[in-house]
Amino acid sequence: MAISLKLNGKDQTVEAEPGTPLLWVIRDELKMTGTKFGCGVASCGACTVHLNGEPVRSCQTYIEDVEGAEITTIEAMSENEIGAAVQQAWIELDVVQCGYCQSGQIMSAVGLLSENPKPSAQEIDDYMWGNACRCATYQRIRAGIQRASEILEA
Amino acid sequence: MTINTSRRGFLKSAAAAGAVLVVGVRPDGALAASGSPSMLTPFVQIGSDGSVTAIVKHFEMGQGPSTGLTTLIAEEMGLTMDQIGYDFAPSNPQVYNNTLFGPMQGTGGSTAMANSFMQYRQAGAAAREMLLQAAAQAWGADASALTLQDGVISGAGHSAPLGEFVEAAAQLDAPADPPLKDPSEFRLIGNPDVRRLDSAAKGNGTAMFAMDIERPNQMIAMIARPEQQRATAVSVDASGAEGIKGFIDAQILPNAAGVAVFAETTWGAMQARDAISVEWDTSAAETRSSDEIEAEIRAALDAEPTYNVNGADVAAVRAAVDGADTVVEETFYFPLLAHAPMEPLNCTIEETADGGILLHDGCQFPTIPHGAIAEIFGIPFEKVQIKTVLAGGSFGRRATPQADYQVEAALAFSLTDRSRPVHLVWSREDDLRSGYYRPAFGHKVRVGLNADGSIVGWEHRVAGQSIMKGTPFEAFAIQNGVDHSSVEGTVDSPYQIPTAAFGLTDTEKATSTLWWRAVGHTHTAYVMEVMMDMAAKAAGIDPVDFRLAYLTGDGPDQTRKAGVLKLAAEKANWGNAPEVRSQGIAVHKSFNSYVAEVVEISGTPEDGIKIEKVTCAVDCGIAVNPDIIKAQMEGGIGYGIGHNMRDQITLTAGVVDQYNFPDYEPLRISDIGEIEVHIMPSAEAPTGVGEPGTPPAAPALANAIAAASDLRVASLPMDENGVSFV
Ligand code: FES
Ligand code: FES
Repeated sequence: MAISLKLNGKDQTVEAEPGTPLLWVIRDELKMTGTKFGCGVASCGACTVHLNGEPVRSCQTYIEDVEGAEITTIEAMSENEIGAAVQQAWIELDVVQCGYCQSGQIMSAVGLLSENPKPSAQEIDDYMWGNACRCATYQRIRAGIQRASEILEA
Repeated sequence: MTINTSRRGFLKSAAAAGAVLVVGVRPDGALAASGSPSMLTPFVQIGSDGSVTAIVKHFEMGQGPSTGLTTLIAEEMGLTMDQIGYDFAPSNPQVYNNTLFGPMQGTGGSTAMANSFMQYRQAGAAAREMLLQAAAQAWGADASALTLQDGVISGAGHSAPLGEFVEAAAQLDAPADPPLKDPSEFRLIGNPDVRRLDSAAKGNGTAMFAMDIERPNQMIAMIARPEQQRATAVSVDASGAEGIKGFIDAQILPNAAGVAVFAETTWGAMQARDAISVEWDTSAAETRSSDEIEAEIRAALDAEPTYNVNGADVAAVRAAVDGADTVVEETFYFPLLAHAPMEPLNCTIEETADGGILLHDGCQFPTIPHGAIAEIFGIPFEKVQIKTVLAGGSFGRRATPQADYQVEAALAFSLTDRSRPVHLVWSREDDLRSGYYRPAFGHKVRVGLNADGSIVGWEHRVAGQSIMKGTPFEAFAIQNGVDHSSVEGTVDSPYQIPTAAFGLTDTEKATSTLWWRAVGHTHTAYVMEVMMDMAAKAAGIDPVDFRLAYLTGDGPDQTRKAGVLKLAAEKANWGNAPEVRSQGIAVHKSFNSYVAEVVEISGTPEDGIKIEKVTCAVDCGIAVNPDIIKAQMEGGIGYGIGHNMRDQITLTAGVVDQYNFPDYEPLRISDIGEIEVHIMPSAEAPTGVGEPGTPPAAPALANAIAAASDLRVASLPMDENGVSFV
């Protein structure tokens, strides 16, 4: 079936079978590789994208459910004020290790800061719980979100 | 700064730059330059456009060698970090061997910095000297009057960018023994402000991991696997997959270990794999359960060990323990653990124009898949190329002695006409159920204390599945039958324990055992440090003071271990935790580094423990990139704590019980509070940091739990053995 959606601000039509996860439309069909596959069962967050501005797990979001929606991926985060601040904070603090989870971490962090510009450590933990990092960069993720919050405040 | 991870790009940019100076070492280890590149291990390449590229021989799984080895070159050449790039080295064990592994190129054992520190500095220093020499000739000046700083050569009234002298420098012989910078002159080594070179690309989605490789016209392959290891495929019926969009074909692998399912897309391959049906021959399959593995290990601990590891007079040790005033004893059990790197395993294989094979892989031990691929296709070693790309974690998993997933890709590719590249992709289920695990181990320890609380005897038995036996590493890892990786961290502990006996019994392998971040130290540190804590408690002596009493020698092993123990205790305000908190401490030497950790918790095992804070002190010699060292400690601590809190792989009748993360729950951000890392100043040669943070973490947590509750967790994971976490 043909599905129309807005991806990173551009109108796009994709051809995909119903039941195809958005993750695989993004990676297999649209050849955008910033969004990662980690588990396929919504339990790691590596595939996080924004659906109408809210973080979702693209591995468990089906293409037929996003007809007409606005999808934003890591590739467009530098054009988003909060996204750019998070990316800057990530560089300042060298949050990444292997880096494979970090697209998803940043997408979730942007989601958090969009609804809560000054989250406490506890609020960060509650919101970011579903984004696993096997390299255990958690303490820098926490610090990175707080630093991004400062950058945005300035 | 550009991350140039393409080998072709590297060669091309060299050509485009015109003249080029390449400095490295010859096979005999002597420094050499450009002249005959095939005889040369290049460590740095300098173009006449002034571009400088470090050639990094270790792969990047997040532990930081691309930044680390580049720092060494930049330091000796007087560059800033944004005046240098890096590229991963191609697979060539003659040229890029790990000096600590023999004729093998690979990353592991936390050796990247230890085996590269002098090589890369010397190469950078030689390049600097040659450029200065060339400038001196051009200017009719004395080279000793010139300096190279921030990419500019100046002195004797002249100043010019280094690129101007590349062509002339490339005609010179490399100096045999170029002067290295004195540590007092270091600007980058030891500088906490040096940043990772890969942060930006990993934060904006442009970093290319193996999973992101898309070769023109490639197919995806996934493997349908048997439930039990060593079952074989007899027949496949792919009719269920007909009509799945993108499905191409399903064929039994030449070794019958599985069925390769080919499709145009990953999603197509996943669906098709679920839709085919395969008949398996299970006559030779694994049928044991993890309960049987545990029973075998526990029985071995009750018997006389096969190997007397330290040649002790066992009867005398036993008599000393039996005759002691107090005997402290415990039996420990450690389950199978999966590595579960964040990026599921995958690689891409294709045929080259000259009939060779090219593998794109986040490749940890290039030499092993390199040889295996040459053999599968019956082509000479030189016709195989491996292009190393970023790896989304490994923790040991990408380095198997059998090159398991690369061989799978090669076998799948061999079923095709080779006109299309094949990208083999694993799912998380493939990863957790693959059979490659940290082996299960058991320990039984009896410690005798005399009336004043000092140790008079230590009898220690270890039983488990050898990692190294039956692998190409056997020759150097096994001595007198003992796989050192089964006992490392016990018999060679810096603790000066009088009257000790260490025995080892190998048990049967039920799975494919594999090193897992910190290898044997993952269980030995736990046992040593929990036993020390139990003994201290029985003796009524503070756990830090108790340990220090066995580190009184003035050898570096004792002073360095004691040093980090005291530093961690001081920084954690040991013994003065807030009322509602409890502390536990552990200290361990591994990979020639010394790490002590204090874990501070609140709560109780019944109501739920919360890990509030971890304070770490590390002595890893000269701290080349202090912030990367801190990051590795943070990550190592999380890795050690997370698995020991709640993870294990179990088998029922040979079938792995876990499927995906919900059954093998990763450490989450809410599980662990602040981590504070302190680096011991040192002038010693740099040692490992990728693994040494892991071993002390779980025993420090166990000791904190014991301090809070009197519960001693001796079998893991903790949440299956009486501890709940909030
Ligand atoms: S891949 Fe979607 S949550 Fe893990
Ligand atoms: S940085 Fe490696 S998984 Fe998060």
